[in-house]
Parts: sequence; structure tokens; C-alpha cells
Amino acid sequence: MEKQLNINGKIAKVTFTPEELLLYTLRQNGFTEVKSGCKEGECGACLVLLNGKPVNSCLMFTASVLEEDKLLTVKGIGDLHEPHVIQEAFVDSGAVQCGFCTPGIVLASYALLQENPTPTEEEVKKAMDGNLCRCTGYVKIIEAVQLAAKRLQTK
Amino acid sequence: MKKYTTVGKSEKKIDSLSLATGESKFVDDFEMKNELYCKLVYSPHAFAEILDIDDSKALAIEGVVDVLHYKNVKHILHTTAGQGFPEPSPYDCTIFENIVRFVGDRVAMVIAENREIAHMAVKLLDVKYKILEPLFDPEKAMDPGAPQIHDSSRFTPIGVKYEPERNLAAEVEIGFGDIQKGKEESDFIIDETYNAHYGQHCTIEPHSVKSYFDEMGRLVLLSSTQVPFHVRRIVAQACDYPLSKIRVIKPRIGGGFGSKQEVFLEQLAALTTIKHKRPARLVISREEVFQSSRTRHPIRVNLKMGAKNNGEITFLEMDSLLNSGAYGSHALTVLSNCGSKVLPLFNKIENLHFIGRSVYTNLPVGGAYRGYGATQGYFALNQHLDILTRKLNVDLPDFIKKNHIQVGETSQVFEALGEGRDGVTQLVNSCQLDECIDICIKEIDWYKKHDKKITNGDKVRGVGLAVSMQGSAIPLIDMAAAYIKMNEDGSFNMNIGATDIGTGSDTILAQIAAEVLNVPLEKMIVYSSDTDRTPFDVGAYASSTTYLSGRAVKKCANKIKDQILGVAAEIMESSLEDLSLESSKVIDRKQNKSASYYDICNYSLYTKDQFQIQAEASEIVEQSPPPFMAQATEVEVDTKTGEVKVLEFVSAVDCGQAINPQLAEGQVEGATVNGISYAMTEEYIFSDKGNLLNKGFRSYKISTAADIPKMKTFIVESHEESGPFGAKSVSEIGINGPLPAIANAIYDAIGVRMYGAPFTAEKVYRAMQAQKIE
Ligand code: FES
Ligand code: FES
Repeated sequence: MEKQLNINGKIAKVTFTPEELLLYTLRQNGFTEVKSGCKEGECGACLVLLNGKPVNSCLMFTASVLEEDKLLTVKGIGDLHEPHVIQEAFVDSGAVQCGFCTPGIVLASYALLQENPTPTEEEVKKAMDGNLCRCTGYVKIIEAVQLAAKRLQTK
Repeated sequence: MKKYTTVGKSEKKIDSLSLATGESKFVDDFEMKNELYCKLVYSPHAFAEILDIDDSKALAIEGVVDVLHYKNVKHILHTTAGQGFPEPSPYDCTIFENIVRFVGDRVAMVIAENREIAHMAVKLLDVKYKILEPLFDPEKAMDPGAPQIHDSSRFTPIGVKYEPERNLAAEVEIGFGDIQKGKEESDFIIDETYNAHYGQHCTIEPHSVKSYFDEMGRLVLLSSTQVPFHVRRIVAQACDYPLSKIRVIKPRIGGGFGSKQEVFLEQLAALTTIKHKRPARLVISREEVFQSSRTRHPIRVNLKMGAKNNGEITFLEMDSLLNSGAYGSHALTVLSNCGSKVLPLFNKIENLHFIGRSVYTNLPVGGAYRGYGATQGYFALNQHLDILTRKLNVDLPDFIKKNHIQVGETSQVFEALGEGRDGVTQLVNSCQLDECIDICIKEIDWYKKHDKKITNGDKVRGVGLAVSMQGSAIPLIDMAAAYIKMNEDGSFNMNIGATDIGTGSDTILAQIAAEVLNVPLEKMIVYSSDTDRTPFDVGAYASSTTYLSGRAVKKCANKIKDQILGVAAEIMESSLEDLSLESSKVIDRKQNKSASYYDICNYSLYTKDQFQIQAEASEIVEQSPPPFMAQATEVEVDTKTGEVKVLEFVSAVDCGQAINPQLAEGQVEGATVNGISYAMTEEYIFSDKGNLLNKGFRSYKISTAADIPKMKTFIVESHEESGPFGAKSVSEIGINGPLPAIANAIYDAIGVRMYGAPFTAEKVYRAMQAQKIE
């Protein structure tokens, strides 16, 4: 099958099989920043934003994504040269160890802060509940999200 | 203490922005043209002989390229433990064999054009098994008549005690003083048995490898490994392929914690590329990680400790039985560390005996895992001390302070127990354990809460404490090397074998060099872990990188410094003793002149007696200075349901000079939460046929952000004379405390001793019921 998908604001033409998971389609088309940690919807490494809402791309068929849908990966919010405030906050807080969970967690934070610009610690923890990180113990991730919230407020 | 410019600063981890923006590449992110998809086929039986494999149906499918199995792959005995050579682990496996020894043992590998075809082909493989009687209980492994899991063809390359006929994978024994005398002097003896259970590392990136031939026909392996140089050696051995034709590269890797110190996939990808002259990809699924990769070795620890009523410990006997699973990977060294990283902490015990045995069973295979035996040993010892001090009616923190090893002291255990050979004599040069304990006690409010059973309805609170030490590298065995060269603008390329697995070692090693060379961190360009381009390093294990690789880097940077000074002396016509480095310049104080690094490097490259300012250095260490740690927790137990909630967790660590405090804290926080998770929810559940039932994150629950208690982490700095800028290593130790601290806190709350974990509501409830019946 073939489809045009809106990924990070650009139109990408992708080919896929009928039951192909969005995770595979994205990765096969070069969006390798979307990681695969479990393929059972439990780790959040494959998380992308679909019209601003976090979804685990390993639980979604590519066929079910509509051409008018907007997909966002971590590269879509900022890059090495112009990083997003959240990405910088993760760096400054020491919230990135191996970084394998980071793309998913940064996006989960992005979605949270869009909806709730001043989350409490509990709200941050809750928003991250679908994302596993085995390296950091989450302490610095939570700090990073709060730092990003603060910086976005004063921006 | 000396003031540093870069060391001791929480510099940003140099790869973190690249990771946070999704630029960094992990193994599976590298695109290969014409790549073959590899899929392993596993045994459904715990113990069986393969009578035949018929792969004709699978091979008949279009797109199936090959099926590898015992009939078509050379049998070369080796170990998958990625350790130094010769390895202290037994050579007890081949790539494929006609015997399978646990549910999840490898039977064959399908090689196909793509994923769909490979998954289809796996189902068409016809394997005939003769089922053998399995062995699941490690306590029965050495009984006469027990099933024998490995035959006598297996051996240990270092010639230590190994008796496959009795399922004995390893044995260690040490003793000092006179146990009998100790017993006679005792007013009482505490004799208890503790069981540390299976656990999985759960790196979020599963084990991954890609292999291909480069344009010169050399075999390149991109691997998610902690030990690139050991991978090269073991692949050469297991595939009978020239080492010189193999290059191993570690890109970014998604966590290790010991799991990626195991070399068990690289040989398969390598074989595929060698045989089919095409790139190959082997990335295992989460289910395969749980069942077929490696685990924390379960260890049953029996402690017998005698004491006088005045508090003097009269003797200690430790008897550890390690369940190695189907293969003996790390069976000897994890077992040794269960004693060697634990017993020296209480070095005043004169009458001491440690016996440890590792046995084979038909269960999943153990391996290296953060804490490496110490975690299991400290689970026992810290609870034992809690029992002892309660019996003596003395304060636990105080008792520990009086009895633990101090600066200037040693333990006979250091010398007697090494890693597959004798250890080394060493004195403790730095130890701030007392301060660590004080911080924990204060933060958890020990004296207001301990033994108070603060109650709220059905819920009772309790506090618990645990202490531990680890090591920094394996003395006289581990080696690390570094290479540095200077560029015109005063930047430096630093190539190191040291393997950053997410810990930030590239960053802290660059900080060490930057400190010596007096440049900002961004002037160091780090390239690590490539067997063709970087010098040797044993890899990321045994808490070796900061201490050992750090020393190699410091030594190398000092050689560069000497060369820089030499050129500067020539340019400025100075005498060397007047010169010093200062922010990318050399200053001549006497003449009040300076030469910038720009001038110096350009002079050396273009002006006179040209040469490249460059150096290499190798380092081995004679000691393994232990980091020390205290950890305390407050829990709340629901006496109706047995549910335990960890409310707060405090960790205070002495890791010498923290090169980068934020990264050091991150290591402690990560290890601590991993330990809490292991203590509270993580568990391997087997069917009666030895089949692991919970092979995914849904059923094997690890901590999420929502699960973590209030966390406090303190870095208590000390100065380790032998370490680079006073540093010791820090990555493992944090995982040792949670299990016993929480167990002690549960006891403090409800008076029930948890000899095994995880402390699920069900287990605690049962223990409460059992105690009531008693
Ligand atoms: S890979 Fe999708 S949730 Fe883990
Ligand atoms: S940083 Fe490694 S899993 Fe989160």
C-alpha cells in the first residue's frame, strides 16, 4: 500500500503492507528517532504525537493513519542546531543517560506542556507513566520537565 | 583541596543533545542495503536432546536464505561471558548444539530476506526432541543421581575447580581464624538463609547487532556491546575467523547494566555475513531478552554469625549457592564477588569462613548484572546485622560505624579472593561511610521513626538502613588505554577504548583530559569503542571506567602536556621550570610571556623540527578502591493486605572526587530505582516445566516515574589518592541497598522478616500469616 503522511510538517510518501505497524513504517522510511523497545505498547520508546496526542506507534497500523493526520517525532520539535526548550532542559538537567527512551519521553513532555504548562510533580509523573527509563531513575527527567515548564513560562 | 576547572563540574554530557534530538544512531538505526533478517528459534523444552532438525520446508519458502543449526555450524567450545582472557568462566557452549538446556535455549537461526518471511519460516522448522529429565532446584543439583546438564568435554580455561559431572560450575572457599573457637566464644548464634531472586536488566534497547563486509572485505560488527574488544576476540574464536579481519564498533547503546557484557549474538550475525557475503541484522525481541539473554543470578545465602552479649562478633560463616542456570557465564566471578565485595566491609571479624558454589540448572542463564553478586550478598548481610543489633538491643547505625572497615585498614578477604585467582592486598585510602550513614539517618529522621511503628489505621510505618561497598576495576587484570593528539586550534582528538553505554564515560574522561590540558571541555573531541580506531580497553564493567580508564586518560594527557611545554619552551626560549599551563596557553612567569596552544601546535606542525603532538598511554591498577554507600528508606505496610509502599529513599555515596556530580548522581539514582524495582515487583515466574511465564513489561513490572518514592541523593566527596583527581567509580553500588533497606524497614514496621523478594503484597501477607501461625 502507499500513502502520503504528514510527518514533522513535511509530506512523506510511504509504502507499507496492510497490517504494518506505524513503528515499522516510520523506521523504514528513515525516522529512526522513533525507537523500538518492546513492541507491546509498554515502554513508550516508540511514542509519537498524532495530532498532538501521544500514541505508541507499535500499537497502530499505518493503514489507520489518515492523510490529514499530523505526525510528530522528536526531530519535529527541534534539532541539533535549533533544539526545543524541552530538549535543552533534558540536557541541562542530566536527564539523558543512554538516551534510548529520550525521544519518546521528550515527546510525552511536549504533549503534557502543551496541555498543562505548569504541571505539578505528580502530574509530570502521571504523564510519564507510559514511558520506561531504566537508566535515570526518573528523578532528573522529572526535574527536566519542570525546568522546561519554567523556561517556557518566562519565554 | 585543590581547585579544579572542569573536574567536579556538572558539565553537560557531550552526547546528550544529539540523543535528545534523535540524531544519535543506535545499532538498529544504521541502514544497510540488501540486509538479511535473522531470527532465532528456541527450545520449548527445559532439557532435551535434538534427534533431528528438518529444515527443508523452511528452506523451500521463497526468500528463506539459510537455516543455521547444529548440523551445519562448527562446534567450538567457548564462553559467552565477555570477560578478560583467559576468561574465568567455563567453556561450556557452542553456537548450536544437539542438546538444549533451558526453555529458550537456541536451536537454530532462520536467515531470510525480510521479517515476514523469517517469522513464517520459523514455524516450519521440524525439530525432533528426546525430552530429558530436567533439573530446576539448585539445592538438588549436586545430589547423586541428579540430571547431569553438561558433559566432561567442558572445561575452564583458567583451570579452576569445575566439575560438570556434579553440575558444579564453580566453587570458592576462603577462611581465616578458627570458626570452632568463635562458636565456643559466642553467647548466641544467628543462623538465617536469604534468597536473592532472578532479575532482568531491562535495558530499553534490546540486544542488537548488525554485520557487513566493508569495502576492503573486512567484517564489521556494529554491536550494542559493553565490551567491543572482547566481542572481537570471542567472535574470532567461536567463528574460527581471523581476528585481524574483524572490526567491532559500538555506536550509541541503549543501556547495559551488565546485560551487554555477554557475547551471544555477534557470532551469529558474523556467521551469516561470512557465509552469505551480505549484511545481516539480528535484533532480539523483548520476549527473547527476558527468556534467552542473561539475568541476575539467584543466590541463596546462608549466614551464621556468632556474637557475645557485649556486641563483639565472634565468627561469620557465609555459604552461598548460586544458580547459574543452563550455562556458567560469570558463574565463578559473581559468586566470588558475593563474598569479596561484601565481607571486607566488616573487617574486624577474625574468624571467617566463606564457601560458595555455583551450580547448573535447566533454567535461564545468569550473567553480569550491576552489583554483580554484591547485591545478593548485601541482601543477606544487612538483614543479618539488623537482626543482630535488635537482639543485642544496640543502635544499628552505631554498630555499623564501630565495625566497618576504616581508612588505613585492610581485610584479608581482599587478598584471598580475586576474580578467578588470588586477589590483591589493599589498604582503604578513602572512606566516608560514617558521614554517609549520618546523612541517611538525619534525612530519614531515624531516631524519631525507628522502632516506633507509627500507625495510621491499618497502615504501619517503618525505617530501614543498609550499607555497602563495591570496587573500582579489577586490579592487575583490567587494562585501559588512551590516545590523544593535538590540533592547530588547540583542540584535541581523544580516542579511547572505554565504552560509554549511556553512563557518560565519554564526557567524564574528556573532563579528566581537559583538566590536565587546561582547556574547556568542548576542545576535547572524543571517539570511543572501535577496535580498529581506538586502543584497547576491557570495556564497561566492574565499575572500572572512571577509575581505570580515567587513569589511562590522565596519564596520556600528562604526556601531551609535557610535549606542549617542550614546544613552548623552544618558542619562548624559556626554561621548563618557569612554565605552566593556563587556559589554552603556556605561561612563562619569569619572562612574563605566553604562547597560545594555537602557536604551539602550528609551530610543531609547520615551523621547525616538525612533529605531531600526540601520545598514548596504557594503565593497569594495583588496587580496586571501594566506593562506600549508605541507603535508608521509610516504608508503609498495610497490615490488612500486606501491601508495601516505599515512601522515601535516601542514598549517600562516597565515590571519591565526583568528576561530574550530576552524572554521578544520575548513576546512583538509576541504580537505586532499579534496586527498588527489583525489591518490589520484579520476579521471574516459571511454569513447572521451567517455562518463563512473564516475558514482557506487562507481566514483569519495572518502575515507572509514577512508582518512585521521594528520592534524595547525596554525593559525599572524599579524595582517593590513587584515583584520577581523587575519583573512584560509582555506577554499580547504588543497587545494593534497596533490597535489604526495604526488608529491614518492613521488619521495623510489622516485625516480619522477609527472607526473599520481591516484597509484593501477596508475599508480605503470607509471611505475616506464617508468623501468626508460629
Ligand atoms: S515499542 Fe512501542 S511501547 Fe514499547
Ligand atoms: S536514559 Fe536509558 S532508558 Fe532512559
